[in-house]
Amino acid sequence: MSGGVDSSTVAAILAHQGGSVVGLTLQLWDQTRLAGRHGISDAPMAGRCCSLDDVYDARRVAEHLGIPYYVVNQEDRFERDVVRPFVSEYLAGRTPIPCSLCNNHIKFDQLLRTARSIGAGRIATGHYAVNEYDPARDRWILKRPADLAKDQTYFLFGLTQEQLAHTLFPLGGLTKPEVRALARHHGLRLADKPDSQEICFIPGGDYKRFLAAYLEEQGELFPETAGELVASSGELLGRHDGIFNFTVGQRKGLGVPSPSPLYVLNIDSVSHRVTVGADAELATRTLRARRLNWISIPELTTPMRVRVKIRHRHEPAWATLESAGLGEALATFDEPQRAVTPGQSAVFYNGDEVVGGGWII
Amino acid sequence: MRRVYMDANATTPLLPEVFEAMRPYWIEHFGNASSIYLQGQQARKAVDRARETLAAFFNCHEAEVVFNSGGTEGDNTAIFGLVRPGDHLITTSIEHSAVLRAAERVAERGAEVTFIPPQPDGLIDPETIRGALKPNTRLISVMLANNETGVLQPVEEIGQIALEAGACFHIDAVQGAGKVPFDVSRYSCHLLSISAHKVHGPKGVGAMYVRRGTPVDPLMVGGSHERRRRAGTENVPGIVGLGKAAELAMESLADGAIDRVAALRDRLEAGILAIPGTGINGAGAPRAANTTNIRFDQVEGEALVIALDLKGVAVSGGSACHSGSTEPSHVLMAMGLDKSAARASLRFSLLKTATEADVEHVLRIVPEAVEHLRALAPVALGSF
Repeated sequence: MSGGVDSSTVAAILAHQGGSVVGLTLQLWDQTRLAGRHGISDAPMAGRCCSLDDVYDARRVAEHLGIPYYVVNQEDRFERDVVRPFVSEYLAGRTPIPCSLCNNHIKFDQLLRTARSIGAGRIATGHYAVNEYDPARDRWILKRPADLAKDQTYFLFGLTQEQLAHTLFPLGGLTKPEVRALARHHGLRLADKPDSQEICFIPGGDYKRFLAAYLEEQGELFPETAGELVASSGELLGRHDGIFNFTVGQRKGLGVPSPSPLYVLNIDSVSHRVTVGADAELATRTLRARRLNWISIPELTTPMRVRVKIRHRHEPAWATLESAGLGEALATFDEPQRAVTPGQSAVFYNGDEVVGGGWII
Repeated sequence: MRRVYMDANATTPLLPEVFEAMRPYWIEHFGNASSIYLQGQQARKAVDRARETLAAFFNCHEAEVVFNSGGTEGDNTAIFGLVRPGDHLITTSIEHSAVLRAAERVAERGAEVTFIPPQPDGLIDPETIRGALKPNTRLISVMLANNETGVLQPVEEIGQIALEAGACFHIDAVQGAGKVPFDVSRYSCHLLSISAHKVHGPKGVGAMYVRRGTPVDPLMVGGSHERRRRAGTENVPGIVGLGKAAELAMESLADGAIDRVAALRDRLEAGILAIPGTGINGAGAPRAANTTNIRFDQVEGEALVIALDLKGVAVSGGSACHSGSTEPSHVLMAMGLDKSAARASLRFSLLKTATEADVEHVLRIVPEAVEHLRALAPVALGSF
């Protein structure tokens, strides 16, 4: 229970179905930890990870529903499995998605473990997704939800069969307005609370400031990753201060005057060379992914027609997916796709079903 | 479901006698103890009687008893009331946060602060305190009984050291009160803080022994209440409740009730130690009769606390952080336990009303819960 409308409504739905329901909130990050470093405000911000206001809201919902409620401290694991990898990825010039890591390592691993410890058979979350068992394939299937605008399957591609088998997504068949209406129906005062948007532990969404503050707190220095800024022709355009300042597809802050808009095309984490070029050059026809997880199929053996989603707000694009050996998959798009970004995930869809996914190399 | 409460160090229920003693002071005898007419005199009389009881409880003069809002206020008053910029404060790293945070604050304001770590058994070595003395040492603040392990600190010896050094000595006796006999003269302390709700009294009231002539600045200023040492209209029902609770606590210390609790605690400890992979934190040191802190190897303490609560057994682990989740105990970490051992430790603290049946019930529930937690296979993780 995050203290938001979605998980609160899930609690209300389950409590009214009469099951034995326990509310849990994960305490993942101390918002005040980096306060005062690099201009990070020490004022707690609502809607951020584990703010006191959100824990208060979650507890009030549990009290209203009359269910037991606990806050579970997972700050150490969150830092180890989500924050640290996030920082390393950025420093290596990639653009990570902490939400998928959090789902895999914290929400659907640690939370499920905690649930079992206290005698609960399953966990229920406020994610917009559908999971159902298909006897024909003897597999648990993850599907896009009724409200496609809220679809969170992109962040859930790493769920294992065991995790899916022990998870309930009660909001999968509902739209957000329906969820808000249900929240009101159940007398939840937070029915109109705004959705959270940004990465929960990054104050103000300013990841560079977060990196600086976190490294300072850890007594670490930014790694030396300054290097050349070159055009796709190979022409040297200038120098940059570090590859963590860039993400593929980025246009602002390149520091190079140019008559036409320039975009980051490639970030080389070894030579620290950043290549820039025109918008048209951002498009690529293929994508490689590794650390794959398969959901609707046991393994990718033969080439498969799928639609591939390469970032959260991306309309999945048709591609042919095939195994590339060494635990990697290769997707060849029908139409070239703009800004395929290493560090993001690629999720493969067959209709509404999530076939599987992996991390873009 | 049968519920057994074994977290007396967090708080205790009012004893019925305490509730009855307080009852008239809400509506009938509602007067302000500072008023000169009858209602005021009734209130004043009640406060004076409670003061008399507390003086007996501390073994001090009535004029040396100051009523306040509880343990945190007492601890804060001792530190903020005595330690000025340039002064040196000695305390320990296993104090309650009411002392630790206050010590950090006076340090920010220019005082020197030394935090003495405990030995692995949780005891503070008085000689370490002697070794930390400086010419400007103004105050030594040490707890009587540790809230998490129950370990009783050698306050008499520390009091002697303070006396020889000419420093003031404050004892946070919130957890010691009612569990060990009290005598401020034996401790040679200047200040000692207690809280009513730890001894079956009401929440929000406490008392402090302030030795005559101790130049402690009040934390609250305003009216001339409590001989100008603590401004604010007296919490008459609360003070009456504290008085009654202190009276009953003295009786329990005299009539062997506390020894009975110690025997139950020992029975509980023996029963839990029969579970493989368990150990007592603070074993070997003298401990308050009602407390035991037990390490369950390979168990996440927070999950065990929740599992036990859902089975009707109330115990605690670690210290509550701002959100209400649990952080590994700073006390256990100071004793040298690593984070996971600290997280695997739970505190059982018995009420003085605990029964044999309570202990047997807990001994039926705990081994099963521990076994269940240990038997859980890890969740199958994905490929990343």
